[in-house]
Amino acid sequence: MHFKALSEKDRKTVQQAFYSSIPVLAGYLILGMGFGILLRNAGYGVWWAAAMSLFIYAGSMQYVGVGLLSGGASLLTTVLTTVMVNARHLFYSISMIETYKNTGKAKPYLIFALTDETYSLLCDRKTPEGTDGNRYRFLLSLFNHSYWVAGSILGSLLGAALPFSTEGIEFSMTALFIASFTEQWLNTKEHVPALIGLLCTLLCLLVFGPERFLIPAMLGITLALTLLRGREESAA
Amino acid sequence: MRAALLIATMSIVTIGLRALPFLAFKSRTPPYVAYLGRVLPPAIIGMLVIYCLKDVSLLSPPFAIPEFLAVACVVAAQVWKRNSLLSILSGTVVYMVLIQLLH
Repeated sequence: MHFKALSEKDRKTVQQAFYSSIPVLAGYLILGMGFGILLRNAGYGVWWAAAMSLFIYAGSMQYVGVGLLSGGASLLTTVLTTVMVNARHLFYSISMIETYKNTGKAKPYLIFALTDETYSLLCDRKTPEGTDGNRYRFLLSLFNHSYWVAGSILGSLLGAALPFSTEGIEFSMTALFIASFTEQWLNTKEHVPALIGLLCTLLCLLVFGPERFLIPAMLGITLALTLLRGREESAA
Repeated sequence: MRAALLIATMSIVTIGLRALPFLAFKSRTPPYVAYLGRVLPPAIIGMLVIYCLKDVSLLSPPFAIPEFLAVACVVAAQVWKRNSLLSILSGTVVYMVLIQLLH
């Protein structure tokens, strides 16, 4: 056996990846538990919860998936629903093409593990000072994934027997996105894309309602950004 | 068995969506896609913020007051300290306290 002691840089990378993942730790444990409980109530036990969280790893899709499983959905319905609910992942991937370009063997896993939360932590392309960027991204993705799986298993096993009220803790996810939005806002003078994202989505929410506004919003954002391309590129 | 098939389907479609842009633009990223890659992150995070708040009702009690205060807390903390963990924790605590007091 050949052991290599962790270098200072490695240690810092692990530390920083864990540190960045703490907000997701809270959110994923709670949301994962919620999913585990829901799936158990639908008649599918801990192995099903673990398998879904391990292999699908998409929060809102798994919640929708509980309904598909218990409602006996067809294969076609399942495919279409998954495309609708997860279409936004196309956008995450498009904006990570450059960042994930030279990530080597970790690349397939990084792509697989690109959830809303992981994306929001990595999309500004910055990694903490003194860390190995690619390892940082890999560890952060892996930590988040493990919280999600752990939460689902815990939820399935413990059920609703928690001794304290966690009501409202799901706000940690919202807070994560708002902190990320604010940080990106503070880091640039170019606020048009951020405003387009907010306003276009808000408009679509008002027009199409909370069940079906996401796809129109994504199309609207893409259209608006495309129309502004000349202006934005000369500003950059 | 049917459940396993559906789960496999959800898994494969999700992986496909995540991988598609990487496979489609493997050798060379067209300038338009590179442009989208640059301007999309702030727009998408904005979209996710709205998405998280989509079920908040302004017209019925508590009139989105907990959400409003908690969001303000996150933004203020982030502007002040630039520490995401601190902002998220303080906003979440504010929200949990408010929502549990109101119930």
